[in-house]
Amino acid sequence: MIPVEPVGGGQWRELARLALARLLRSYGSAQFDLCEDAVQEALLQAHQQWPARFPDDPLGWLIATARRRYADRARSDARRREREVRAASLQAPVMPEAIHQDDSLLVLQLCCHPDLPRSGQVALTLRAVAGLTTAQIANVYQLPERTIAQRITRAKRRVSELGRPLPPPGHAGEGVTAVLDVLYVMFAEAHHTTAGTPPRDADLAAEAIRLARLLRRSLPESTETAGLLALMLLTEARHPARVAPDGHLTSLDEQDRSLWDQEMIKEGITLVEQAARGAKPSPYLLQACIAALHAEAPDIATTDWDEILALYRLLEIVTGHQNPTVTLNSIVAQAMVDGIDIALARIDMLEAVHPGLPRIDSVRAHLLERAGRTDDAAKAYQRAIAGTVSLAEQHHLRRRLRRLSGAHM
Amino acid sequence: MKYLIIMQVDPAVLEQLTEEQQVRIQQGHSAFMAATKERGEFIATQALADPSQSKTIHGSVGQPEVTDGPFVESKEFMGGFYLLDVEDEARAVELALQIPDATIPGLALEIRPVMFADLGEG
Repeated sequence: MIPVEPVGGGQWRELARLALARLLRSYGSAQFDLCEDAVQEALLQAHQQWPARFPDDPLGWLIATARRRYADRARSDARRREREVRAASLQAPVMPEAIHQDDSLLVLQLCCHPDLPRSGQVALTLRAVAGLTTAQIANVYQLPERTIAQRITRAKRRVSELGRPLPPPGHAGEGVTAVLDVLYVMFAEAHHTTAGTPPRDADLAAEAIRLARLLRRSLPESTETAGLLALMLLTEARHPARVAPDGHLTSLDEQDRSLWDQEMIKEGITLVEQAARGAKPSPYLLQACIAALHAEAPDIATTDWDEILALYRLLEIVTGHQNPTVTLNSIVAQAMVDGIDIALARIDMLEAVHPGLPRIDSVRAHLLERAGRTDDAAKAYQRAIAGTVSLAEQHHLRRRLRRLSGAHM
Repeated sequence: MKYLIIMQVDPAVLEQLTEEQQVRIQQGHSAFMAATKERGEFIATQALADPSQSKTIHGSVGQPEVTDGPFVESKEFMGGFYLLDVEDEARAVELALQIPDATIPGLALEIRPVMFADLGEG
């Protein structure tokens, strides 16, 4: 647990990622764990020495120091374990050093290797790409530092074992789906708050957006990457209205839309418009299109629900009808288009196939409330309260239930 | 996602265990802790004293009453727990099945999702 604080904000963390990318280019992804350790040690040294004497070329200094640390480690490793000296430190560079435009993507792809468990991908990405310390990651997830340290160690070792060949610069865009999914999970964790209160950790959402921007810079042609970034921006823009000052959640129909962040919405919509033109429909891009329609609408009544329902239908097709949460969201839109009775009937059908689907009773309760079926709505709210694993969601549902009972009496 | 695995025990069952079974259970728990730590899934574990050691405070608006013994009198009680952080419920169940108690008739493991956690760090 190297006690490096992100001194000077993002710059420090940027340097760490660039240094790691450079070492990986030199020594290969099979040396991922050694490279990452070496960069962490170089960072520690920088942390101690830079306040007294700041180098003219910080990145050059960090890379040179990390290379020395790497060589030390490679040698002592070889001695200690009495294994064959791989002469890793003497190896010829795997790739020419001249071209580095895809390096951020390279490190991201290694950290999000599809063979790693999700929790390992997320922890390693936050550490090696976002530059968070183990302690910071532990705090975000409310886990002991040693648990996060174990995950990172294990994930690094696994990446080294997997020894994925480095994609040549220019062909790095292939297989980027795993990276998108990891960034989305990171972002969703901040917003869905299945882990409980506090409802959301602002930093985690910001980190996910930062990483999505980084990815987009590496892959400007990828419409799905643009879609993910837009989805994140449009969701984040609604956050000030989604969480009230006292911390309770408000649903879309209750939100004060004047609190939505218009800068973020503008950027998100511009991204969607650019990316969607002539693009093949893909899951994140479609969700971004839906989020854009919500963001453009002054209120629920003037929202373009026909278009939203059409996009959800397309999303169901693109995801192979395999995701019941997408279907549940499409039912919410359908209630606005075809009426509540049809929506309630579809919810019953969905539940028959997916009993215990998260949020299904919550959606049902909201619909029953709108239909004026107060008693049925109350029962559905009670089932939804028992069924959720999110404390923030539970508070929200209790508040709706209390309001319902108050109106009823 | 954090899960609490509650080890429900029955003292009558525990008393019937042979020496060999007890050793096997202890070793099983050690191995379980080592494996979940190595995988970064372990958060904490505790074993609790017998409920006869409990004090119970009965909630009251005025003067809460303090009594000896557990809140619920029962043959079985919570003997301890594992707090884990895993990918999903299926993984929590898979891990709970590796706990030695799962192989002893009369004992039970209850798996419940955690909604809020503050581990006091950071």
